[in-house]
Amino acid sequence: MSHSTVETAPDAQADWPDGIYALLKQYSIRQVALVPDAGHSRLIKRCLGDNELRVVTLTTEEEGIALMQGAWLGGERSVMLMQSSGVGNCINMLSLSSIHRTPMPMIVTMRGDFGEFNPAQVAMGQATQAVLEAMGTLVHRADRPEDVLPTVEASLKLAFNTFRPTATLIGQRVLGAKTFGKD
Amino acid sequence: MLAPSGKIDRRELTRALLADRGGMLVIAGLGAPAWDITAIGDSPQNLPLWGGMGGAAMIGLGLALAQPSRRVLVLTGDGEMLMGIGSLATIAHQAPKNLAIVVQDNEHYGETGMQETATRHGTDLATMARGAGIKHTMLVTEAGDVPALVKAAREGDGPFFGVVKVDAGNKPLVLPPREGAILQARMREHLMGPQAHLA
Ligand SMILES: Cc1ncc(C[n+]2csc(CCOP(=O)(O)OP(=O)(O)O)c2C)c(N)n1
Ligand SMILES: [Mg+2]
Repeated sequence: MSHSTVETAPDAQADWPDGIYALLKQYSIRQVALVPDAGHSRLIKRCLGDNELRVVTLTTEEEGIALMQGAWLGGERSVMLMQSSGVGNCINMLSLSSIHRTPMPMIVTMRGDFGEFNPAQVAMGQATQAVLEAMGTLVHRADRPEDVLPTVEASLKLAFNTFRPTATLIGQRVLGAKTFGKD
Repeated sequence: MLAPSGKIDRRELTRALLADRGGMLVIAGLGAPAWDITAIGDSPQNLPLWGGMGGAAMIGLGLALAQPSRRVLVLTGDGEMLMGIGSLATIAHQAPKNLAIVVQDNEHYGETGMQETATRHGTDLATMARGAGIKHTMLVTEAGDVPALVKAAREGDGPFFGVVKVDAGNKPLVLPPREGAILQARMREHLMGPQAHLA
């Protein structure tokens, strides 16, 4: 292993995190809710470096759903960045969007997916899409680096044009799976 | 201001918090707080919640960040606040000057049949808020302290977190509109005009 973090992080060469940052700006996002995931670390760094984006680090992902509700109520656009395990923490709070018809785009880095090493990630990872869809979220997957940006853009458009929760699931095929040296 | 029990009446407290409210926006936690703000007078400046238990304070945060020139009051119950207690750390971190949270602490889950909450057994929400990093907090048990609470919630530097011990008796139901799309759209229109619907 080249460094000591346990979670996966995209190849330093990958430029899609910068592309997502550019999309957040293009779509006038002002609040970025997140619980950190290694797969989002580069994007989080870009967001933190931007004074026009309010980065709200949450104690649990369901707070982010409620934050997005409040932001839209006040006329600002927001997104949430999280890992797939965080989707489970959002379930009941997602009803805020169906109650009020609120745009809630989510960008989810997958675990428990393609080549996972950690057994603890598998249950929620395999349930992520079903759980989101059960709560009325429109879900699109990106399993190749070149699919990430078009998929994130489509999810942002769908959320803000049709007033609902949407999610881009960025697959572990894109992110790479860390193996703790046990390849 | 007092119920027959000698404790603060939640509707009189709500009336005091909302009197001459000006531009203040109010998020009310599901159940009794939502009925309370509606009993005082339904308004586009109110978002009474029908669900999302545990989310009221965070909705207040998102709104306060989006509308920094408006005062935002979150009025909620002890049970609702306990469910979203971690959000106090998130709010302390963001430190919005225009956000106040007031908990109507009846020490029960009133809406579901008056089961006791943890605040009945020693949990002190104001201390938890201070521990979360919210510097301006207040615990009110006497009616005489309500005016100071109202002033802090309405004018003080936020984030402010107040807990008021209120009488546990149920009040008559006064229901707000049940269609959430209307509740959301009317507040957006209040803030942004008809343009809100073209965003
Ligand atoms: C996630 C979730 N769990 C449980 C409920 C049921 N429920 C509705 S209101 C309520 C109690 C609210 O208590 P509190 O916030 O103290 O308000 P009070 O009625 O006492 O003023 C509960 C448990 C719910 N609506 N959502
Ligand atoms: Mg209660």
